[in-house]
Formats: sequence, structure tokens, C-alpha cells
Amino acid sequence: MAVISYIDAVNSALREEMSRDSKVFVLGEDVGFKGGVFKATQGLYEQFGEARVLDTPLAESAIAGVAVGAAAYGFRPVAEIQFADFIMPAVNQIVSEAAKMRYRSNGDWNCPLVIRAPYGGGIHGALYHSQSVEAMFCNIPGLKVVAPSTPYDVKGLLISAIRDEDPVLFFEHKRCYRLIKGEVPDTEYVVPIGKADVKRQGKHITVISYGLTLHFALQAAEKLAQEDGYSAHILDLRTLYPLDKESIVEAARRTGKVLIVHEDNKEGGVGAEVSAVIAEECLFELDAPIKRLCGPDVPAIPYNGIMEKFFMLSPDKVYEAMKELAEY
Amino acid sequence: MAEQMVMPQLGESVTEGTLSKWLVKAGDRVQKYDPICEISTDKVVAEVPSTLSGTITEIIVQEGETVPVGSLICYIASEGEELSSSAQQVVQAAVPSASDSASVLDGAKQRFSPAVLKLAQDHSIDLSMVQGTGAGGRITRSDILDIVEGRRQFVTASVQEAEASIRVSEPSVRIPAQSDDTAPKLPAKSFKASQFEVSQEDQIIPVSAVRKTIANRMVQSKHEAPHAWMMIPCDVTNLVQYRNKIKDDFKKREGINLTYMPFFIKAVVEAIKEFPMMNSQWAGDHIIVKKAIHISIAVATDDALFVPVIKDADQKNILGLAKTVDYLAKKSREGKLTMDDMTGGTFTVNNTGSFGSVLSAPIINQPQAAILSVEAIQKQPVVIHNMIAIRDMMNICLSLDHRILDGLVCGRFLQSVKQKIESYGADTRIY
Repeated sequence: MAVISYIDAVNSALREEMSRDSKVFVLGEDVGFKGGVFKATQGLYEQFGEARVLDTPLAESAIAGVAVGAAAYGFRPVAEIQFADFIMPAVNQIVSEAAKMRYRSNGDWNCPLVIRAPYGGGIHGALYHSQSVEAMFCNIPGLKVVAPSTPYDVKGLLISAIRDEDPVLFFEHKRCYRLIKGEVPDTEYVVPIGKADVKRQGKHITVISYGLTLHFALQAAEKLAQEDGYSAHILDLRTLYPLDKESIVEAARRTGKVLIVHEDNKEGGVGAEVSAVIAEECLFELDAPIKRLCGPDVPAIPYNGIMEKFFMLSPDKVYEAMKELAEY
Repeated sequence: MAEQMVMPQLGESVTEGTLSKWLVKAGDRVQKYDPICEISTDKVVAEVPSTLSGTITEIIVQEGETVPVGSLICYIASEGEELSSSAQQVVQAAVPSASDSASVLDGAKQRFSPAVLKLAQDHSIDLSMVQGTGAGGRITRSDILDIVEGRRQFVTASVQEAEASIRVSEPSVRIPAQSDDTAPKLPAKSFKASQFEVSQEDQIIPVSAVRKTIANRMVQSKHEAPHAWMMIPCDVTNLVQYRNKIKDDFKKREGINLTYMPFFIKAVVEAIKEFPMMNSQWAGDHIIVKKAIHISIAVATDDALFVPVIKDADQKNILGLAKTVDYLAKKSREGKLTMDDMTGGTFTVNNTGSFGSVLSAPIINQPQAAILSVEAIQKQPVVIHNMIAIRDMMNICLSLDHRILDGLVCGRFLQSVKQKIESYGADTRIY
């Protein structure tokens, strides 16, 4: 198995699916000739030509709208929103059209569309280039929201998303792009949407996370094991909507102590729903109040480096929260 | 160096107290004699005054904890001293190390997580026997799982024995250090299983100190004293008419209501003087006949029962008894009875009639020999000189400790009480 980066996994999945299925095409701002601002689509323009790798105007509403129409027509578009922060003009197309198409047409039409969007902070990108916007898409039935944390999951889930018959929002943590590397099989594989994954086995506390903070939790877990003798059980949600309730409850039951970690703001975040699932399903197996460690409830990630650091979680912050819960 | 404040002795027979409320917190300045906390013992709530002026540096006993008399409850640094007091610097004097470990146990007992409760139920584990390893001594799920899977033992029985011995002996017993290795191996089954089924709709009420005391006393009395019982009706028509005539004047003049209770107590006291055995106590190989006549009266509040004592009731007239009854009843309801108010009774009069009861079989207030209850007054047809008359009738009931008393003396005693009650009337002196 080759060790590749998170962004290479994106590129590899796109390339393989475009080779496999001629109906798959990508569109977005600077995805063609430039190969994307993060280089996620690098080389696709050269390999598949301008007809299947479309540079679009700076109009997210149009990117999503064109993709919805193409999907309805039988194509499998993969649209890129350059930064998740810019997805707002496209929300009407995504929520009112793509997510509702199958329901509205009584199953006659569907919308096999993928919208990729790099999200998250820690890259000194300030408020227009750092936000986590996943929570606002996580109560839209008809939409699937995916947020992988490892190259293996990125490739397997992006392939699943492209092959899915319904719209999938695919959030890629931009700090992970070149930071996170991992083994990816040389042969074809998929990772099912809607399934969480245990990234670390443990018995003292359960940490539920996704994206960049999942890696913080994995690092903190090593420290917690070595310095304090507690073992952490870590669940990667991978799909944020709909949630894999079964895996969440199973992970919570395992230790009875649950810490939910995400970079997105705390109030109304994905962690709130995860917490509610646990409270509904296994209250009597809890050994401690459910804890959340999340970004502060402020409008955006600051530009100022010190303040950005304050906003962002870190392995140390996650370690402190894990240790406190383990000792409770 | 900071001074120690200890759990005060709130009565001769009191061995422990519950710290019901802190009135200060660490860092507060207090003057000498300022109240710093409230202590409740079996039946009394009292404020504890500071013994010096200074600053509270550390609170040791938390609210709700019960500790033996003499236990350290907080540190106070006297004026001008550094606040750097630490428990290590302080010489262990009156403070039994036992109370420290006991308070850790109490803290751990306060709150259980759903997981711990469920596991304890499933495996019939008595949580009071488990020492927690979590924050603040909390019992964690791991603790229970360790016990279930045999990796750990319960708190040893010797802690309980030691705690028990603290209560009966000097509070300086040192509990041997506990560790998992020294704990005897006890199988889970040897501990009492929870024998009650609790459904989700049921309400669980923790037992208060007062309730526990009532329960213990009642069980002890019923267990130790063979209760016998008799009842006799009294014609109180004259008393009713007399009281109705004078009660308004009495209220105006004395400021309190004139109830029947003082009349009944006076009748009982006078009858006790004729039959001193009624005022005695069983002491195993001998019987103590008390000279002083201290009458306990039962006062019910919403959730508890208090039994304050009218001291030297034989030296009081009707007015004196009325005032004392009123005073003690008020104090009971306000929770302000002192230990002195509650101890020393030699015979109990219980006004069950105030609940509308016409017949009751009271439980003797140990170590007394008997208890008399006066029932509700009801108009009834009665045969007098072969004629039927409507009279105000009332039953008086007596429970007696058959180890001390027999039916004969008690029958005569009751007859005497009856005669005295029936003879109250226009010429009875109140003052």
C-alpha cells in the first residue's frame, strides 16, 4: 500500500472515477487550468480535457445550479466550492433543489451530485477561509454530509459519494490536506457512507470526533496512555448526516464516559446531536456527564495568530479534556 | 497557626452531628461568637459559634456530612496570622483520623452515575461498601466492573466496625490503612441484595437524620419492651363547658390559646404521684423509679415527630403547663428545640385526639415505662342513673412496658386519671 497525503487521496479518487465513468465531471473556480487553489484537481484538465474539467465564473450559486441540472440530466458532477465559507450563495440550490429532488418528484428524479468543500481553520486564513459550516447542513433530510479525516477514508468515501444516487456534501479539512498522510490500497475499494469507524480501541473514555480534531484526539490518547495509564476509545464519525447512531451508542456504552470533540462552534454543532443520541439511547450506561470540547461560540476564526490559536483546538487542549474525564 | 474548630457536643448522649449548612466560606472573616455553621443532631438544629476572631482558612466537613463529636470541621486563622495553614502543620489532637476517611466515604456516597446504579442493581452490590477511585472519591463504573470481575474488593468490614466503635467509644480510634491488598476477600453474594423493586414512577426519599432516629427508637421500643395496652372512656362534659366559658378571657389575658392539654397533663401528673411506678425505667436487673416528673409531649410537624419535655411538670399549675406546652410546640415547629428541651422525660402524654383519633395504641417512648394518649372528644349518648344523656366523651389509652408494670396498677392509674379529668369544672383553679 502506498502512503499518500489527504489531498492526493482526493485527486486519486477523482481521477479513478473519471476514468471509470465518462459521466463523471468536475467543475468549480480554478479547478481546470490551474488545477485548483489547493491542487486537488491537478492534472485532471490535462488528462480529461476542458469538457470534463470546467472552470466556472465566481458564482457558487451557478456552480451548484449547473451541477443540479447536470445530475438531473444523468451526469455525475463533482462541484468544488473553493472554500466552504463561500457555499452560502449555493445553499438554495443545494437545500431547496438537490436535497428535495427525489422527494418532490415522488422518486422519478434523483440528483447524483457531489459538492466538495474545503473547510476548517489553522491555516491563517481568517474569517472567509477558515469556517466550519457543516452543522447547518446536518438537519436537511435528502442530503448526506461526509467529513473524512484520513486519506484512506477520503478516497473510499469520495468514490462512494460519486457513485451515490443522491446529493452528497463532501467536506475536506484543508489543514489536513498536506499534514495528514496515510496508507491507501493500490486496488479499488470504497468506504460506505453512513458508517462511523473506530480509530482506536480503549476502555476508559470514549472520544467521538471527525476531521482535524480526530487527529488531535489520537495524539492526546497516546499521551494519556503513556503518562496517565488511561486508554481512550476513539470513534471517527466520518459521516455527519445522517449519523451512524448504532456505532455512536456502541462506543458510548463501551466506557460510559464520552467526550465529543469538533472544531466547529459548540452550540448547535454536530456534537449536540451526537450527545442527544447517547442521552436517548444509553443514559443508564453513562458514568459521567457527556462532555463537549469544541470551538468557542464566536462569529469566525480570527486572523491574528494568537487569537487563531486560541480559537483552534490542539492536542494539548484535547488531552486536558480527556484526562479530566478519565479521572472523573 | 490556624485554630481547629471541632464538632461540638450538643448534649450528653450525642455522639455525632450532621453539618447541615455552612454560614461562612473559606476566606470569610468572622468575629468571635459569630455563627459559622448549623449542626443537626438526632433531633436538634443548632448554630455553632466561632471560638475566636479570624479568617476561615479551610472547610473540612462538607454540608450533609455526619461526623463524630470532636471531629475537625474547619480551620480558623486568628487575626494577624498568615493564612498558610495546612492540614499537615496542624497537630492531630482531638481529630480522629477515622473521621477523615469517613468523610471521603461520605463524599463518594453522595452521587452515583446511571451506569454505576444500574451495575450495582444488576449485581446486587451495596454501594455503601465500595470505595471510589474517581474525582473526589466518586465511585466510577470501572470500580464496579473491577468488583464484578473480581479485580477489586469491597471496602472491608473492618471500616464499618471501626466506624461503629467510634460511636460507642472515644472518638480517637484509628482506622487501619486500607488497601486492596489487605482487604479480605469477600464474595459479592455475601452482601445484602437490594430487596425492593423500584419502578420508574416511584419516588425515592432519602431518610433524614430525624426520620432515622424515629425509626430506630420505634423499632428498639417495640423490640425490647413487651407492650400491653388498655383504654378507658372519660366523661369530659364539665371540662368542655368550663373551658368554653373561660377560654376567651384566657386568650385575652395570656395571649395564648387555652387547650385541653394542660388539664390532661395535670391529671396525669397528679395520678403519677399516687402511682410512682408509672414514672419508672427498666434497667435490666433493677428498676429505677424517677423522683422528678418530666412529661414528654409529642409534637407532630409535617414530616417529623418531636418529643419535647415539660420539666418538673408537677410544680406547674394549669397556666404554667399551658405556657410551656405552647412554647415547646412553637419551638418544635420552628426546628429550634435544644438538646436540653428534648431529654429527661419520664412519662409521655400524646394528644392523638388532635388528629381526630378515638383510639390509639402508642409505642412507648424508651426508656420510659408507659405512654398515655388522649383521644378526640365526641358527643355520645351515655346512661347515667338509668337515664340516657348526651355527654362529651373521650377515651384515654395507655401502652405499658409489661416488664415493669402490670394491669392492676395501670388500671388503677387510669381510673385515677379519669376521676381527675372528670372532676374538672367550674371550681378548677387555673392560676
